[in-house]
Amino acid sequence: MSRSMWRTLFLFLVLALVLTGCGKPYLSALDPAGPVAEKQLSLIKLSLYIMIVVIAVVMIIYVYVLVKFRQRPGQKGYPEQVEGSHTLEIIWTVIPIILLIILAIPTVVTTFTLAETYSEEEEGDALLIKVTAHQYWWEVEYPEQGIVTAQDIYIPTGQRVYFELTSKDVIHSFWVPSLGGKTDTNPGLTNNMWLQADEPGVYHGKCAELCGPSHALMDFKVIAVEPEEFEQWVATMTNYDDTPKTVLAEQGRAVFEQSCIACHATDGVTKSPYPNLAGIGDREKIAGILQNNEENLARWIENPEEVKEGNYMPSASELGLNENDIEALVEYLMQLKLQ
Amino acid sequence: MSTHAVGQSHVSTAEPKAGFGSVLWDWLTTVDHKKIGKMYFSAGFFFFLLGGIEAILIRLQLMYPENTLVSGSTFNELITMHGTTMIFFAAMPLLFGLMNVIVPLQIGARDVAFPFLNALGFWLFLFGGILLNLSWFMGGAPDAGWTAYAPLSTQYSGSGLDFYVLGLQISGAGTLISGINFLVTILNMRAPGMTLMRMPMFTWTTFIASALIVFAFPPLTAGLFLLMFERIFDAQFFNVAGGGNVIIWQHLFWIFGHPEVYILVLPAFGIISEVISTFSKKRLFGYTSMVFATILIGFIGFMVWAHHMFTVGMGPVANALFAVATMAIAVPTGIKIFNWLFTMWGGRIQMTTAMLFCLGFLPTFVMGGVTGVMLAAAPANYQYHDSYFVVAHFHYTIIGGVVLGLFAGIYYWWPKMFNKKLNETLGKWMFWLFLIGFHLTFFIQHFLGLQGMPRRVFTYLEGLGLETGNFISTVGALLMGVATILFVINVIYTHLRADLAEADPWDGRTLEWATKTPIPEYNFAQTPKVRGLDPLFVEKTKGNGKIIPAEPLGPIHMPNPSILPFIMAFALFIAGFGFCLHSFYESNVIPFTIAGVGIAGTLLCMFLRSVIEDHGHHIEPHDEGMDKGVGA
Repeated sequence: MSRSMWRTLFLFLVLALVLTGCGKPYLSALDPAGPVAEKQLSLIKLSLYIMIVVIAVVMIIYVYVLVKFRQRPGQKGYPEQVEGSHTLEIIWTVIPIILLIILAIPTVVTTFTLAETYSEEEEGDALLIKVTAHQYWWEVEYPEQGIVTAQDIYIPTGQRVYFELTSKDVIHSFWVPSLGGKTDTNPGLTNNMWLQADEPGVYHGKCAELCGPSHALMDFKVIAVEPEEFEQWVATMTNYDDTPKTVLAEQGRAVFEQSCIACHATDGVTKSPYPNLAGIGDREKIAGILQNNEENLARWIENPEEVKEGNYMPSASELGLNENDIEALVEYLMQLKLQ
Repeated sequence: MSTHAVGQSHVSTAEPKAGFGSVLWDWLTTVDHKKIGKMYFSAGFFFFLLGGIEAILIRLQLMYPENTLVSGSTFNELITMHGTTMIFFAAMPLLFGLMNVIVPLQIGARDVAFPFLNALGFWLFLFGGILLNLSWFMGGAPDAGWTAYAPLSTQYSGSGLDFYVLGLQISGAGTLISGINFLVTILNMRAPGMTLMRMPMFTWTTFIASALIVFAFPPLTAGLFLLMFERIFDAQFFNVAGGGNVIIWQHLFWIFGHPEVYILVLPAFGIISEVISTFSKKRLFGYTSMVFATILIGFIGFMVWAHHMFTVGMGPVANALFAVATMAIAVPTGIKIFNWLFTMWGGRIQMTTAMLFCLGFLPTFVMGGVTGVMLAAAPANYQYHDSYFVVAHFHYTIIGGVVLGLFAGIYYWWPKMFNKKLNETLGKWMFWLFLIGFHLTFFIQHFLGLQGMPRRVFTYLEGLGLETGNFISTVGALLMGVATILFVINVIYTHLRADLAEADPWDGRTLEWATKTPIPEYNFAQTPKVRGLDPLFVEKTKGNGKIIPAEPLGPIHMPNPSILPFIMAFALFIAGFGFCLHSFYESNVIPFTIAGVGIAGTLLCMFLRSVIEDHGHHIEPHDEGMDKGVGA
């Protein structure tokens, strides 16, 4: 039937289109930026080609049968009742088994390659990052460098970065599509994975496991930089200068020390209950999703619930902050940059 | 209770001018498999509409980036209820409806093995569904996804999850009862001559699906009990701080959840086999291999649950093993696909609406199947998992497989179930709208997933390249909605206008088409004698066109109606409702008292059922104008 043919044709066209890489850069799994995502994409492609062959065979028989064996006017009685065919059945049992073996071998090999952990690596050759997921933000720790930060994960290009993943509350899932597939962060358990970025860039990360009302907004960024630049970043973070630089910012610091310091640190090395804000002025986004500017930061401080439903940050009014306090706070926080 | 008195109290719908009260009483007390089947079907379809409305709301919210039609928390309620409703309260009861009506007819039986339990199973399912949906009006629906992963479903969710736990427990008990009932019915009540290898495929798949129910629902029940104890009695099974482990829930859930997929799709496979065979005018190609493929799919279905958990961190050994085991399912499934194609080969294909749904099913299900194999490749799965790719895949299998199969069965068996033939023109319109809407909705979602869209997100930011795909997807969903409305119109139109259908409108091949329309309470006046596969076809071509009776005409022993199943299920509903109230009261006195009353009521009904002697009644051959012969 022509409709079915059109459908198949459409399928092939769209597949062809997508495989040529029209996905959006930095979020798409179809546009890999490192060896993990590349291995995964090549497995996706291999399986896709096998499956296209299978679909093609089925569709050819299907269309032929529909064209050839439709009932025509005047046909009476019953056609010959065929019981089956051992030869045919053996063919369509053995061929799929062969196809599956072709797919199973690289699957198993890649599974083990991607499961390599930090402890198996030569010492000093790789970077270890501990990521702890929270409702709805990401805490990032560099144990060997003594850095604690949040939301933006800096990594050097061209080398394996090992992640140890866990969660503070519910199950989340750590996913940077263009660098590699996801791994769940389970409370009480630690999972391992490694990623590598070959080119500098900002790669979008997502929480991929339903974790509450703001699950959709639990974004983060992986920022891959040249190794020298990464060293520079490490130096900045380990000696982070969080002194206010203007009078207004000094007022902001005072407000911060009064209302925010129980939850947030600003020094780049302290593990605070909620995000360490060192470098927040240079972060990609506010709260993971808003454009980073003063207006949005003020909006976030004023009423976090309106931006991210179900998060744990009290609103400005609950903290007793007035407009001036917020203005000063924003001034101070925006000065926390990565210079 | 004397048999005679009960025999007289029996109310038949065939009696003229029955009042509303007596009709209602008749339906509340019935143990007739055909009526229970109709009730399953009607209730299931109601929940199907409910789940469909939830789906439309989900898609409307995602039509545009950063849309604010519903909030994040409402969205989570919608996805949870959509999934739970469609799986447990729409797909399963719709299948149970067909099974209940058709399977006893196909094997030449007068009812199921345990008619009382059959009624109980239905009422438990219905009250479970009602309890679950009450949550919308009582502090919010469950919001942790239909999989209810701990600990989101324990400390981090509101009262809705209690309704989820108890609603599923109650309906799950009904499902288990029905599964056991079908197993015994099919093993014990086949007409003389109907050997296992002469059973119609729909009966076979019902049999295997029932076996899966018996093995798969207990783990779910256990899991739900742990969840219930954690939520209501502060147990610590999944609480890390109390020494629990969050992954246990996922194992328990998927040890049930994966076979559940086959519980749904195997009966659909059975329907497809029946319909393709009838409308190609050919016997099923490779019947024996079909049977063994079904058994094999059911068996392997239990071995692969952890492929839902590749990203959980089970390690490479487990991931590799489950990957290869999962791929293996493609082999028996492929056997089925090719057998269907070769059933049509050399046949005379009639394009009825039921057949169109089968023809839509074939390529659609193949696509869902192949993405299933793609998902099985564990490292690639790290990219697909919990993304829209998975959403696309399982809708291709569950809608493309189960729902298309169901509609094929509905159009095919409607004349047997409701004595009328659905309008074919409206049916074909519905088919095309549904199929096109379906592919528009879900095909594009494969790419949304690969482009980085996680599932269960209530919104997505502008500029990530996800806009067009989501818009197209929503348009498709609306088309499917229109198609469903067309089906409702078809049902109403048909039942306002059409005359009674013929007894055998499709030139059927199996025993259900040998019965009269409407089917008498006892199905077959005389138990049929089966002389081969496709018994009616055998008689049409080798006999005089009529089924040969296997016994002389005599009094027919039938079970009595009873109100106990309804009361028992209602009492369990009260018990469940009581437990759900625990988060609304400071102390547990009131909730647990209500729960206690409910449990006591259930036990009382069980006691009454045990002590009241109920031997059923007999229908005499000269009663009710019984025809001589098997049926038609």
